[in-house]
Amino acid sequence: MSKPKVGLYWCAACGGCEEAVVDLAEGILDVVAAVDIVFWPVALDFKRSDVEALADGELAVCFINGAIRSSEQCEMVELLRRKAQAVIAFGSCAQLGGIPGLANVTNRRSVMDEAYKNVPSLEKGNTVEPITESTVPEGKLELPTLWETVKTLDQVIDVDYYLPGCPPPVELIKNALQAILTGQLPPKGTVLAPDIALCEHCDRRESKPDKLSVKEFKRAHLTQIDPKECLLAQGLLCLGPVTRDGCGTPCIKANMPCTGCLGPTSHVQDYGAKALSAIASTAGSNDEKEMETILGGIVDPVGTFYRYSLPASLLHRRYQPTVEGGK
Amino acid sequence: MSENTQKSDSFEPRIVAFFCNWCTYTAADLAGTARMTYAPNVRVVRIMCSGRLDPQFILAALRDGADGVLIGGCHPGDCHYQEGNYKALRRFILLKRMLASLGIEEGRVRLEWIAASEGEKVQRVINEMTETVRRLGPLRLEQRQMIPAEAHGSAHAAAAHGGNV
Repeated sequence: MSKPKVGLYWCAACGGCEEAVVDLAEGILDVVAAVDIVFWPVALDFKRSDVEALADGELAVCFINGAIRSSEQCEMVELLRRKAQAVIAFGSCAQLGGIPGLANVTNRRSVMDEAYKNVPSLEKGNTVEPITESTVPEGKLELPTLWETVKTLDQVIDVDYYLPGCPPPVELIKNALQAILTGQLPPKGTVLAPDIALCEHCDRRESKPDKLSVKEFKRAHLTQIDPKECLLAQGLLCLGPVTRDGCGTPCIKANMPCTGCLGPTSHVQDYGAKALSAIASTAGSNDEKEMETILGGIVDPVGTFYRYSLPASLLHRRYQPTVEGGK
Repeated sequence: MSENTQKSDSFEPRIVAFFCNWCTYTAADLAGTARMTYAPNVRVVRIMCSGRLDPQFILAALRDGADGVLIGGCHPGDCHYQEGNYKALRRFILLKRMLASLGIEEGRVRLEWIAASEGEKVQRVINEMTETVRRLGPLRLEQRQMIPAEAHGSAHAAAAHGGNV
C-alpha cells in the first residue's frame, strides 16, 4: 500500500515554522517512513506544476504556514485546498495573522513606501518599486499583487485544524502527526493544543498573588527581572493568563514574559480584547488619574495585545477615521 | 468615499448601550416611568455590573453594525459588587487608546456613571451621544476607507480580493 501523501507550504512567514519541522530532529525520519512528502518548496525541489498534476484530494494532509497577503499566496492555498483532504493552519501567522498581520495597522502604500523609498539602506535616489505589470521586448511580465489587508488562512480557504505557536512547539507537532497517522483526530476546526491557560503549568504559579495590583507596568528590556517570581506580580506584561497552554513556557523559563503566540483558548473570540481586559484590570488604583498614569506604561496596546492576532481580531485592522473624527 | 462619509439627514445612529442592573438600568427605567423623552437610537442591554462588560462585547457590537457603544455603571464607590465599576474604568481607559490606534473615532464609545435616581442624566447622555455619533456618521467597517485618499498604483486586483476586510 502506498504511503499517504503530505504537502508543506509557506506564505507570509519568516521561515521559523519550517525550522520547527526541522526541529523534529530524528523524529523527521519516522515521519518520512510513514508518509511521502510530495511538496515542500523550502526543502525539496518540487514545482507548482507538480501540485497541479495531483488529483483533487490526493494529498492526505497539507500543512500551510504564514499569513495570506498576496494574490500569489491566495492562488497557491486555493490550489492546495483542492488537492488536500485536510488543511492544517500551521503556526500563528496562518492561524491568527501573526507578526506580518501587524501590517494591518497601516496599508499597502505605506508598506511599499517603507520598503522601497524610506529604508536608510537604499542607495540615494533609488526609488524603484516593483509594479504588477511591465512590458519588455519579450512580452508582458506580471508580478503578484500585495493586498491592502493581511488575512488569516481561514479567511481565504477552509481550514480543518490549527497548530498554534510562533513557531508551533515540537511536542504539539509530534502529537498532531501521531493523531493524523492513526486517524484519531478531534472534530474539525479544533486547535491541536491544550485548551487551558498558560498560567496553569507555569513554574512561577505559586508566586502569583490572588489579587494582582500593579503600580507600574514595566518593559522587559528596561527591567532587571527576578527569575522566580510571577512576572505579572513584577509589573511585566505577561500574557500567560489569556494564552493557550502547550508550549512548555520556554520564554518564561528564559525569564521573559509570555507574548501570547499560542493565541486564545476556545472560549475567547478576540485575543487582544481579552488580553487588554485581563491586564487593564490589574492596574492598582481606584483613582482615574492614577489609573491613566499606570496604564500609560503600556506604550503600544495594539502591538502588545494583538502582536500575533490583528487579522483574526473582531476589527481585523486599522481604519481611516471619518473626516470629522480624524483630527 | 463619498458614500462612506456622506452625512445625510436620514442617518439614524445605532447605539448599543450596556447598563448595569443596579444603577444605570434602574435610572433608564426611572426615565421611562417619568415619561422623559430621549432619542430612540439606543438599544439597551442589561448586564449585572459594568465590571462584567468584556471589551469583546464592545468590539463585537461595532463589528456587527453598531455606530457607537454606551456603557453605564454606578458612580465610583457605589458599585453593588464593591469594585466592578473600577475594573470597567481601567479597561475603558486602555480600550479607548487601543480603539484610537485602530482608527475608531473617540466619541463612538463612552462610559458614564449614572445612579439609579438620575433619570434625567440617562436622557441627557443618550441625547448627547446620539448627536455625537450622528456627526461622526455611520461606522460601516465593511465599507470604510482603509487607505489614505491618494491613488495606490495598479492595485485593482488587490481591491478585488484584499481591498476590503
